[in-house]
Amino acid sequence: MSSLTLGNRIKSENVTIQASRLRPNTISSGHRACQGCGEALAARCAIDAAYEAANGKIILVNATGCLEVFSCATPENAWKIPWIHSLFGNAPAVASGVAAALSNQKRNDIRIIAQGGDGSTYDIGMGCLSGMFERNDDVLYICYDNQAYMNTGVQRSGATLPFTRTATTLPNSKYMGNDPQTGKNVPQIAMAHGIPYVATASIGHIHDLEQKIAKAVQINGARYVHIHVPCPLGWGFEPSKTVKIAKLAIKCGLFPLFEAENGKVTKSTPIDEVIAVDDYLKAQRRFAHLFSKSASPDPLSFLQKIADKNIEKYGLKKGISNE
Amino acid sequence: MNKPFAVVLDASTSLCNKTGSWRTKRPEYITRLPPCNSACPAGENIQQWLYFAIEGKFFDAWKVMVERNPFPAVIGRVCYSMCEKACNRAITDGAVNINLLERSIGDLAIAKGWEFEKNANYPGKKILIIGAGPSGLSAAYFLKKLGHEVTIYDNHKKPGGMMRYGVPRYRLPNNVLDTEIKRIVNFGVKIICDKKIDDICAAIKEFDAVYIAVGASIALKPDVKIESGSNIVDAVGLFQKLENEDKDLPYLGQTVLVCGGGNTAIDAARSSLRLGAKNVKIIYRRTIDDMPANENEIGEALAEGIEILCLRTISKVDKNKIFVDKMNYDREASILSKSGELEILYADSVIFAIGQSVDKDMFSNIEGINVSENGVIEVDENMMTEIPGVFAGGDAISGKRTVTHAIAWGKKASNYIDAYLRSTKVTKPPKNEVITFKRLNVAYYTKNPRKNVFIPMDISFKEKDTSYSGKKIIEEASRCFSCGNCFHCDNCYGYCPDGTIIKHKDGSLEFNYDYCKGCGICASECPCGAIKMIEE
Ligand SMILES: Cc1ncc(C[n+]2csc(CCOP(=O)(O)OP(=O)(O)O)c2C)c(N)n1
Ligand code: SF4
Ligand SMILES: [Mg+2]
Repeated sequence: MSSLTLGNRIKSENVTIQASRLRPNTISSGHRACQGCGEALAARCAIDAAYEAANGKIILVNATGCLEVFSCATPENAWKIPWIHSLFGNAPAVASGVAAALSNQKRNDIRIIAQGGDGSTYDIGMGCLSGMFERNDDVLYICYDNQAYMNTGVQRSGATLPFTRTATTLPNSKYMGNDPQTGKNVPQIAMAHGIPYVATASIGHIHDLEQKIAKAVQINGARYVHIHVPCPLGWGFEPSKTVKIAKLAIKCGLFPLFEAENGKVTKSTPIDEVIAVDDYLKAQRRFAHLFSKSASPDPLSFLQKIADKNIEKYGLKKGISNE
Repeated sequence: MNKPFAVVLDASTSLCNKTGSWRTKRPEYITRLPPCNSACPAGENIQQWLYFAIEGKFFDAWKVMVERNPFPAVIGRVCYSMCEKACNRAITDGAVNINLLERSIGDLAIAKGWEFEKNANYPGKKILIIGAGPSGLSAAYFLKKLGHEVTIYDNHKKPGGMMRYGVPRYRLPNNVLDTEIKRIVNFGVKIICDKKIDDICAAIKEFDAVYIAVGASIALKPDVKIESGSNIVDAVGLFQKLENEDKDLPYLGQTVLVCGGGNTAIDAARSSLRLGAKNVKIIYRRTIDDMPANENEIGEALAEGIEILCLRTISKVDKNKIFVDKMNYDREASILSKSGELEILYADSVIFAIGQSVDKDMFSNIEGINVSENGVIEVDENMMTEIPGVFAGGDAISGKRTVTHAIAWGKKASNYIDAYLRSTKVTKPPKNEVITFKRLNVAYYTKNPRKNVFIPMDISFKEKDTSYSGKKIIEEASRCFSCGNCFHCDNCYGYCPDGTIIKHKDGSLEFNYDYCKGCGICASECPCGAIKMIEE
């Protein structure tokens, strides 16, 4: 028996909501996400956890992107709860509006969640998101980070890792995939706004994800949770490997798990046994060009340095905490 | 679809989209054969009883044990534990301590007075079993379970065979053996001791079938030159005298040399210490890693100060002078050869523990029961001798002479005898594929290294008490990976991106193929390899 599995037939403590027979299933079967979609899994885990924490009283505002398209292909709708879609870039603004309206009606028991992909969060929706943060609107924003614009065919976003191959960053004589000089870090940008709560989570660690969402839902003001969601289609791996890939990203340090309150990191999840970034990258075709015989080793050491820096910055080595 | 521009859609209407049609591979819940079960000579369903033990359902665990083995407390002490050598957890942080758990639950059964469940008493046939050793008693138990009327004859003072006369008491106390035999008697098996059957043929006429389970009682003669005046002792003969509290024990002296590599050799060496020897050495042909004896037994012998001289054989014993050949052993090629180097050792006695053979004289005047060149009774593929209705098994027909194998023979014999009496055939259920380590997702098991229980004991014939009780049984059983058998961790249910798995009230799981897209995450996140993807 083990405490690392989602459920446990013996013990009732330390089991996930996802293991419960009575989980809310806020997103129903029949949605059109690809086989093995990490985003679909993350959405059910996150919104189920939010639903439980808010006693079923939530309204979802969705940006355009895979999640929106696969969960709501008119006339079919997979959601079991109130859900609204407007545009690619304005989900945080719409959510701010919903929150204001409800607050006017003194319906503070209803929790508002806005959600979108990394494209809508990092790029086109950044202005609205920053405004929502800066005004400290009572909204939880969840970013499903699959590190590119998947819904339109895997174009680069501000969240795309250095040296990634995407439809718009094909490796050529000048670049080995995505330009390493580009990109940004939205969890850090959110923290810079000094909002009450920022966290990163992953489908590779559902216990942690559920706890963070539950905590975030209950805090007032602007909150941001960033979930790492591997995409079999855009990243190039077998659909059966989605959770494995997510776990590898955590274990190599490229995707650090932490929480921050009022702009300061308060907690991070240490890695049991740190692995080399190669073990994570090699498993995905979007990095295959880094492993060709003629490839320079520099990109790999560049990515390894990012991981090493994360491990140091967030105190991810077991037994060494940063606080 | 008459909806306005800003549409309002009904909840969960996606359910009409049967995404199961995308699938090319289908996941299925399966059971694979755990390596422990596969390695157990008696075919115990170890994974299953561990499953119950984890839940604290010790009675259920015990019931699973006795489906295959009526002697859990005995086997939990004397088994060579092939299961632990095969255990997948041996590859990570040490095999589950299966043997100790079996002993612990076996002891619990004794303490609680658990008895075998009596089955409906339908009129069976009359069966005679010759020999109340592990094989005979096991056959009796299984035949009784099948509804037959069983009588056992044994020519010793007490029943138990090698369990009583082949294992010293500090390893298997009498009360444990007696209770487990008593339980078989309570179940309705008749045991008559001190009974020699001179005329098997006459006895056969009174019964519908006979099972010969006389074991191998004659010590093998060592292929060693022995000069007159040398003090040679055979291990089992020594144990037998000890057990019968014979005053006339063989003289061992201060310095004892034991020849052999199995548990019996270790038992003989440790018994010698207990009988007053000061300097005891074991001499074995191959290396210490090749010794068939239990690792624990070897460890305890070493701790008691017994020396193990490896890569040596005795060529001649001349009074207290022992001539030894040093050996070379190439394990890869399995070639054992003399190195040419010689050695002379001195000992007051030499104990040989090199095996046993069947007492040929017992059957010399019975037509139809033949003892082969290599000292075993000849039987056909149904374990039957040339006399219809007369079967033989256990040590008497096989070279693999352990208590566990004997129990397995007993079970096998019961099936053949039953089939013979009903004029049917034994059908063997197909064996599931054995699950290898590769198929497990061990990331889901928390690290918890094996704790080897090692309590130093005083050098006496009293057993040291190492049995676990309640909480500790659960703790150790919980180390089981449950290889190839669902243990309800709910990973498949929780990780399915399409929510296609139905979890029923009793915790059982079912795929809803209407929506399963066949991504295979369930199979790859299953810790124990209990889901298989099948091409469609
Ligand atoms: C203003 C606008 N520009 C472009 C699009 C086309 N479009 C729809 S979804 C999408 C990409 C979404 O990417 P992301 O936000 O990362 O979500 P993902 O699909 O990767 O989950 C784009 C470019 C649009 N709907 N609206
Ligand atoms: S493209 Fe990627 S993110 Fe989009 S539905 Fe498919 S797997 Fe999910
Ligand atoms: Mg994206």
